[in-house]
Amino acid sequence: MTFLLRPITTLGARAAALLEFLGGMGYLLADTFVSIPRGLLARRGRRLAWRNLWAQMVRVGVRSIPIVMLVLFCIGSILALQMAPVLKEYGATQQTANIISIAVFREMGPLVSAIVLTGFAGASIAAEIGTMVVSEEIEALEAEAISPVRFLVLPRVLGTTIMMTCVAVVGDLTGVLGGLVVADFFLGISPTQYVHRTFEAAQVHDFVTGLIKAGVFGMLISTMACLLGLRVTGGAQGVGVATTRTVVLTIVALIIVDLMFTAMFYYYGW
Amino acid sequence: MSKPAIQVVDVTKIYAGAKVLDAIGLDVVEGQTLVILGGSGSGKSTLLRLMIGNIPYDSGDIVAWGRSLHVFTPAEMDDYRRSIGVLFQSGALFNSMSVADNVALPLREHTDLPEPTIAIMVKIKLELVGLRQHADKMPAELSGGMKKRAGLARAIALDPKVLFYDEPSAGLDPVTSAQIDQLIIDLNRKLGVTSVVVTHEMDSAFRIADRMVLLDRGKFVACGSPQEMRDSTDPLVRQFVHGLTEGPLTDRRMAGGYEVDLLGGGV
Repeated sequence: MTFLLRPITTLGARAAALLEFLGGMGYLLADTFVSIPRGLLARRGRRLAWRNLWAQMVRVGVRSIPIVMLVLFCIGSILALQMAPVLKEYGATQQTANIISIAVFREMGPLVSAIVLTGFAGASIAAEIGTMVVSEEIEALEAEAISPVRFLVLPRVLGTTIMMTCVAVVGDLTGVLGGLVVADFFLGISPTQYVHRTFEAAQVHDFVTGLIKAGVFGMLISTMACLLGLRVTGGAQGVGVATTRTVVLTIVALIIVDLMFTAMFYYYGW
Repeated sequence: MSKPAIQVVDVTKIYAGAKVLDAIGLDVVEGQTLVILGGSGSGKSTLLRLMIGNIPYDSGDIVAWGRSLHVFTPAEMDDYRRSIGVLFQSGALFNSMSVADNVALPLREHTDLPEPTIAIMVKIKLELVGLRQHADKMPAELSGGMKKRAGLARAIALDPKVLFYDEPSAGLDPVTSAQIDQLIIDLNRKLGVTSVVVTHEMDSAFRIADRMVLLDRGKFVACGSPQEMRDSTDPLVRQFVHGLTEGPLTDRRMAGGYEVDLLGGGV
């Protein structure tokens, strides 16, 4: 009987761990939102909180922009090159701009920017908070009656959410630019035509749904990184494990959440 | 006799089914320095964390100025934490901030003082621990002893009524260790701060203690003045206090079935 029960027990334990993790994320996110009034609006400590938020926005967003631009420029170019032969077959090379704009605005821009930010910001947030756990800094904050959620998690979640949306805008534009360059040099589509086609094909809601996804992705990346960082045990090795887990789990979670969003947008016709 | 600031009443803490603390009781008397002694794994650091409210206890009670920590609302717990200061074993300085910013943090978070006043208060606290010249340095630029002194300056930033020290002399050279001890004594005598010190360094403990408590494997063993502990006839207290190589502590370690473990039960 044991050999029959073991897989069920393992599956049950995994499911329980997953639920516990999702519950932990829910609690942390709720705590973060609840701490907004005291964290950013109350007179005491407000200046420090805004300074912290600004520092996180610079760290997460501003510094990752060149990498996001480079990656999305390449993605836009690759999409154009991959689609050109197929479209040529049907005499529809001109449609390249239409397809790229939809693909980048709705999907590739937010998702690829989020994956870059996971490696860039998610890993560093998890490592930073994990190190603070190991060096007793989190305990020290609690002993000073300073909530770690308000002081550490809030600026990181808010900063990443805001900057993820901004970075996605930059990523969208760079992706379209990548396609434009390829279209101009290899497919014989002039930049004017390309831009005209892009504006014709892409609607405001394509752009907005992409940005909504980007905001949610930013919240997901930072909340997971903070939670895994706060749960570090076992010293320096634990920090390494948390950092790796953050990158892997966040990328998986991003794809799953992206699928859910896409399915929802498809169902409602957005 | 002075009244107790904090009372620990039959407190038990269980981790993963194991009793880390078993019905511990002690009083932290106002204005005195209480030293909690014990070897590694005796539960003394856990007791400190329970007393500062960082982890909950499973049974018994901890009463601070007549009120149980158990019934504190989050706001009351914050009030309690503002009235105490904690020096962690590593100093626990926030590595992203300068020494001055570390000390200023509780003032910025919990008071409405303007920045120029905070700057003056930071200088006063740093002068008390002899670090005024190092205010702009980052924690990574400080030695172990300096980190602890900076941690102490941050712990006293809000003028606490009780100061908790977790292994203040651990890992320090004898001179720096003596300096830290002198700081603890000065804060206690000059400012009237009640102190709770967790340590296993006997030289340091005898220098600073008004009263001592010895824990062993989560259980209360003995309590008394430094002289009473020195003169104790209890074998365990004698071995720990005098650092003897023979006694119940070493007997226990050697009775671990070493031969059986080594030879796989072949003897």
